Amino acid sequence: MRLTCPLCGPRDRREFYYYGADDYLRRPDPQAPLQAWDEYLHNRDNPAGVTRDLWYHESGCAQWLAVTRNTVTHDIMKVELVAAKGGGK
Amino acid sequence: MRYSGLKVITEGLFGNTGWRPAWRNPAPKAEYDAIIIGGGGHGLSTAYYLAKNHGLTNIAVLEKGYLGGGNVGRNTTIVRANYFLPGNSEFYSHSLKLWEGLEADLNYNVMHSQRGLINLFHSDGQRDAFARRGNAMINQGDDAELLDRDGVRKLLPYLDFEQTRFPIYGGLLHRRGGTARHDAVAWGYARAADQRGVDLIQNCEVTGIDIENGVVRGVQTTRGAIRAKKVGIVVAGRSSQVAAMAGLRLPIESHILQAFVTEGLKPVIDHVISFGMGHFYISQSDKGGLVFGGDLDFYASYAARGNLPMVEHVMEAGMTLMPMIGRAKVLRSWGGIMDMTPDGSPVIDRTHVEGLYLDCGWNYGGFKAVPASGFCMAHLMATDQPHEVVRAFRLDRFATGHLLDEEGTGSQHNLH
Ligand SMILES: Cc1cc2nc3c(=O)[nH]c(=O)nc-3n(C[C@H](O)[C@H](O)[C@H](O)COP(=O)(O)OP(=O)(O)OC[C@H]3O[C@@H](n4cnc5c(N)ncnc54)[C@H](O)[C@@H]3O)c2cc1C
Ligand SMILES: [Zn+2]
Repeated sequence: MRLTCPLCGPRDRREFYYYGADDYLRRPDPQAPLQAWDEYLHNRDNPAGVTRDLWYHESGCAQWLAVTRNTVTHDIMKVELVAAKGGGK
Repeated sequence: MRYSGLKVITEGLFGNTGWRPAWRNPAPKAEYDAIIIGGGGHGLSTAYYLAKNHGLTNIAVLEKGYLGGGNVGRNTTIVRANYFLPGNSEFYSHSLKLWEGLEADLNYNVMHSQRGLINLFHSDGQRDAFARRGNAMINQGDDAELLDRDGVRKLLPYLDFEQTRFPIYGGLLHRRGGTARHDAVAWGYARAADQRGVDLIQNCEVTGIDIENGVVRGVQTTRGAIRAKKVGIVVAGRSSQVAAMAGLRLPIESHILQAFVTEGLKPVIDHVISFGMGHFYISQSDKGGLVFGGDLDFYASYAARGNLPMVEHVMEAGMTLMPMIGRAKVLRSWGGIMDMTPDGSPVIDRTHVEGLYLDCGWNYGGFKAVPASGFCMAHLMATDQPHEVVRAFRLDRFATGHLLDEEGTGSQHNLH
């Protein structure tokens, strides 16, 4: 599997660190109810098909990337900079 | 039909014409007392113990493919009880005891082989951690022995002890650990469940779960609707999708774990060896193939096949530990879909729907759990109470903070 980093171009999967579903971009308010924190930290849609998750270009530009890909076929549909989307607070 | 040595000999003498299919192939009935979704190791053992321990025989196992076609037939067959945390420790201890009586209980040769499992360590800190783990195992009533370097060398003379990166300091030996023939475990449970009247229904995918006023009524399948008072979801890597049919969002992300097997060789590796620093473990099957594996591929996937970087990593680790295996040819590799939880421990619990139960989250360690998981899931489904050895395997433990993080690696699914 190869990811095309918007800054660095197509790169080997080994340059990237996988973090998990892009739920991590939607951090609840510190005062949010327990359930919101549980959803954020633990529970996942975990689709067999198209998903969106976060990867870190560790051996490249050191940017966080939001990747749209298919978990069944390993097709990569879209790779975006998290920073450009204003996410990742 | 009972299997025995005498039966094998007489069948051999008379052309093997007397063997019968190991289980029936019934059509689904309109209604059962209980339904198990998933004909893997855990689903089949759940059905068996429901029938054997709780007298519930009007039950069915629904399997979308064929029995044993999932991870129960894809794993590296290691069976052990070397867990550390209270909650895990008593469960795996219970499971190992069931393994030790399994062949007699099922009248089936699952080739359970207690050849001894050795976890290597490579630093003083690791030695202390393994000493502590060994003490926990002994306190649990299981066996553990701390070996120094010479102790390991005596048992595993072919390892590269002088490697500069991870010199071997010693190992924790768990003599009752070992392997079992994975397919045979599924077949043995299937046959024994069938003999007690359980309907094993293959090519029957569950596509919906019928719920009325918060109570389960049955399931929709590719072979029609089937009513049931109790339904157990036991589908390993597919847990998220099946649970979603009941409106549940689970603490699970599915990941691929690969395994490899070489051509058949003469007996060379007597034990199961685990090389944690290199993320590598290996044993030799009774057919002679070296069976080995490593880490997850590290990103959510349902592909049931892996990617090359992990292949390379596993081969490197193997070569670091035992350069001699570089001469062996790898015949096959494959991947299985693991239901990873954020603390690396499983769930056996009721759900918010009355009569709907969940057994999932076995990560890459669920094969050894097959007997006790079925035993406890059956107990839960029959009595509505958790068995005492699975009290910690709760679905709400993430929300309440009662995590069972055996590895201590934090709440990210792929880290376990
Ligand atoms: C490469 C690899 C190595 C491993 N090594 C070990 C090891 O050495 N030791 C160890 O303890 N564990 C190991 N494991 C983990 C272990 O194999 C799993 O945790 C365990 O097998 C999962 O439980 P199961 O046997 O019930 O799963 P499965 O056999 O996968 O059973 C689930 C079944 O549910 C069925 N199903 C899914 N959805 C539906 C539906 N909608 N309707 C009907 N049926 C459905 C599937 O077809 C499948 O047959 C390993 C796993 C892998 C992949
Ligand atoms: Zn980059």
